[in-house]
Amino acid sequence: MRKVAVVGIGHSKFGRRLDVNVNELAFEAIKDALLDSGLTQKDIEFVAVGSYGMWYEEVLPAVTVAEYAKLYPAGLARCEAACATGSAAVRFAYVTVASGEANIAMAVGVEKMTEIDTPTAVELIGRSGSYLWEFENFGLTFPGYYAMHATAHMNKFGTKEEHLAMVAVKNHKYGAMNPYAHFQREITLEEALKSFVVAWPLKLYDCCPISDGAAAVILASEERAKEITDTPVWILGMSLASDSASLSKRSGYTGLRATVLAAEKAYKQAGVAPKDIDVAVVHDCFTIAEILAYEDLGFCKKGAGGKLIEEGQTYIGGKISVNVDGGLKAKGHPIGATGCSMVAEITRQLRGEAGKRQAPIKEGKGLAHNVGGTGHYCYLTILGR
Amino acid sequence: MTKAPPPPTLKSARTLPLTYEIPISKTNTFWEGLKENKIFTTRCKKCGELYFPPSSDCPNCLSADMDWVEISGEAELETFTQIVVRPATFAKYEPYIVAIGRLKEGVRALAWLTGIKREDIRVGMKIKLVGKVGPEGTPTYEFVPL
Repeated sequence: MRKVAVVGIGHSKFGRRLDVNVNELAFEAIKDALLDSGLTQKDIEFVAVGSYGMWYEEVLPAVTVAEYAKLYPAGLARCEAACATGSAAVRFAYVTVASGEANIAMAVGVEKMTEIDTPTAVELIGRSGSYLWEFENFGLTFPGYYAMHATAHMNKFGTKEEHLAMVAVKNHKYGAMNPYAHFQREITLEEALKSFVVAWPLKLYDCCPISDGAAAVILASEERAKEITDTPVWILGMSLASDSASLSKRSGYTGLRATVLAAEKAYKQAGVAPKDIDVAVVHDCFTIAEILAYEDLGFCKKGAGGKLIEEGQTYIGGKISVNVDGGLKAKGHPIGATGCSMVAEITRQLRGEAGKRQAPIKEGKGLAHNVGGTGHYCYLTILGR
Repeated sequence: MTKAPPPPTLKSARTLPLTYEIPISKTNTFWEGLKENKIFTTRCKKCGELYFPPSSDCPNCLSADMDWVEISGEAELETFTQIVVRPATFAKYEPYIVAIGRLKEGVRALAWLTGIKREDIRVGMKIKLVGKVGPEGTPTYEFVPL
């Protein structure tokens, strides 16, 4: 496998984007990534489009996006890994370059989730598990699935609703500094704790919003990367793992095994330890998920995630900067876009281009943790300068 | 400052209703049992692994030679939630409690937990899985406190 670098990043504004259709939205990110890299469509030999779909009119978004952006006739694929769909696109582009099949590839993640009503969106996400055994009769929702993890974690480790709210407060603080974020507003602990219950014990401010958005990254081989940019950000490791479709078949509810397994492999592949990571974006679709991620990624011991946020260790200036782009919680989680947005954010941080929310970069290493479903998939990417 | 008007959109005239016909011929013993308040599931005749929900194939042995066994339904509650913001097709229900229980036989089940207030539920409490015909006339199953 060859060395691969991120040489271009692009990002749309996340939020309720009824001003654009899926192709126009994707193009915002594609255009940004092309301009950022100085490349043109002719240079892109392979394109992976990550989109979950169903909530917008196009059924084959890869072909409509590629047509709109004039990316054809490059090799083209549409990827799906639930909420890790964007990372699946990055993965496809990464292996295409690493294997030597292409020198330059693009991963585009895009989602348009607000063209349908909220209860229908809640339904479509809720169906994304083991449909027959967990949805048809029981109407599971994603907040519900993660709430069951929260109940188990609180029961076993004494994690409190306040700990969950602290994650929301931190991520809103940084969302307010991120021009691409869906929510650019700080919140207080009281506001978070007083918000209505969505799926007990999770409340409104424990949940990421339903968002539209797009992000794109351009990857290049070592030789091409050095010609294209003075600030390549290298993919040092990328690992995947999965778990059962049914929540009832998991090994437990106080962590995500797919994260633990993917992290073990990615750390080994990159030759780094959790202590070497300066900045991380973790999959905080719900606040409890960020606490699980702290533990499963080895940023603290199992059960100590609540304490880590309570001590402020995941703010800029703490032990490790986590989700200082606002996370899924405040930046938004346009499902297919998230994985590409994560890799773009870590690239931005490692380049030192994150402005007010720049994390201190000492070791030159960052991590993107993208979970699909309720831990069904985990895509772990470690990047370095 | 006045709020900007919403952007113009084209409301599609093509609404698509989707109703799936889900095959259950290989697990029909389970679905029929529910109507008589019984919980049947499958066990692989070769390796002895018990499956819940019932599986008509054993991925361990690649065997389709399964026994139907009735289970007690007795379980210990492992975790739960109360779903307040409901999906579109569950809007007609009051907020419902979903629990995961570890059955006496070792496998887990996920189902609604009824007949108890959310405040009274404790992790570790004894519950029982029972079959029934749901309000929509289709067979289902739920946990009840034991």
